[in-house]
Amino acid sequence: MTFLMPSVAIDPIHQFQVSKWLDLNIGGVDLSFTNASGFMLLGVVLTIAFFGVAASKGLLVPSRLQSMAEIGYGFVADMVRGAAGEEGLKFFPFVFTLFFFIFFANMIGMVPYAFTTTSHIIVTAALALLVISIVIGYGFYKNGLKFFKLFAPSGAPFLIYFLLVPIEVISFFARPLTLALRLFANMLAGHIMLKLFAGFAVTLIGAGIAYVPVALLAFSMGVALNALEFLVAGLQAYVFAILTCVYLNDALHPSH
Amino acid sequence: MLIALLAEGAAHGHTPDDAPPAFPPFETWHMPGQLFWLAILFTTLYLAMSRWILPKLSDTLEKRSDRIASDLDQAARLNDQATEAQQALELRVAQARNKARETSEKASEKMEAEMAAETSRVDAEIAKKLEAADARIATLRSNAMANVEQIAVDTAEAMTARFGLKASAGDLKSAVSAAMEKK
Repeated sequence: MTFLMPSVAIDPIHQFQVSKWLDLNIGGVDLSFTNASGFMLLGVVLTIAFFGVAASKGLLVPSRLQSMAEIGYGFVADMVRGAAGEEGLKFFPFVFTLFFFIFFANMIGMVPYAFTTTSHIIVTAALALLVISIVIGYGFYKNGLKFFKLFAPSGAPFLIYFLLVPIEVISFFARPLTLALRLFANMLAGHIMLKLFAGFAVTLIGAGIAYVPVALLAFSMGVALNALEFLVAGLQAYVFAILTCVYLNDALHPSH
Repeated sequence: MLIALLAEGAAHGHTPDDAPPAFPPFETWHMPGQLFWLAILFTTLYLAMSRWILPKLSDTLEKRSDRIASDLDQAARLNDQATEAQQALELRVAQARNKARETSEKASEKMEAEMAAETSRVDAEIAKKLEAADARIATLRSNAMANVEQIAVDTAEAMTARFGLKASAGDLKSAVSAAMEKK
């Protein structure tokens, strides 16, 4: 049974393995260009290529491609406007970049043998910290010390604040954590499940003709999961972006 | 049993003499590199989006909405013009209709007036003729009456003569006219 399948086909964790493509060591820090970097580069290149081609002509009556880019533009703009108001639009390029960066990374991850850059917590954590840094930085820049009102919503009875403020503080600092973990865990778990069911189907077929019906069941599960994962890939990019907008709204209007 | 199969499959994933593989997302050796390339690539994407693609897209969208707005404006203007033209047309049709009615009324009035004038003229002529005829009849009658008187005088003369009387012409005449006046 083993010889039919290379060992990597079964190990659901192997797909997350980082391997060096180009050694790069600057000041004793390992900054090698890895498969993770490669697929991230691919995502960025594809994003720029897609939007570059789609936006370049600027036709009055858009082509299909241009239409898609415009729909993406409108989608993100509505999202920012809806969650953070008109003032939130100054962060529109950031949210747009964030959304499509994650979206393309997730979608590339759906291609077999591709590396899912967003399945690494260091990447999602870095993005989440970037978002929170912008929220805190801009919050203080725009509101000064009034930004602390975020932790003490007005209108509550005085004694309640002793309970409310710690809760608000904890929930605020939980944000980067949940933002990072949600994307990371979704992509990780989804890809493990896909690998398991696909590997399961192969293993069962290898186990004998009697297992073929079960293998087919596992395979169809894999197909269904694949569809679900496409949904998750899009949805998690959306969730990340909309939560970014919601948090930016706090920086713009801290007193609710 | 399926689980067992799966577990067996998974167990074959790495050879026993391998060190148990670390969970790749929690390995630390690649993290600086990941952060480094993420920073570069995310910044690149951000710059490409904010400097090039998004302005271009928003330009296009703005241009389109401007164009649509101006087209709508023009359509509204043309519509106004059309409405105006239609109103002008209706006005002129109404005017023309009024004028036609006036003309026909005038014509009929004129005709009626002419007819009335002609009628009155003819009436007057007829009246004049009637008058003339009446006058002639009156003359004829008075002539006749005068003749009758003469005849009566002659007759009375003859009759008195028959009776062997002799009456003067003046007596006869006055007697006849008195008799005639009496009746």
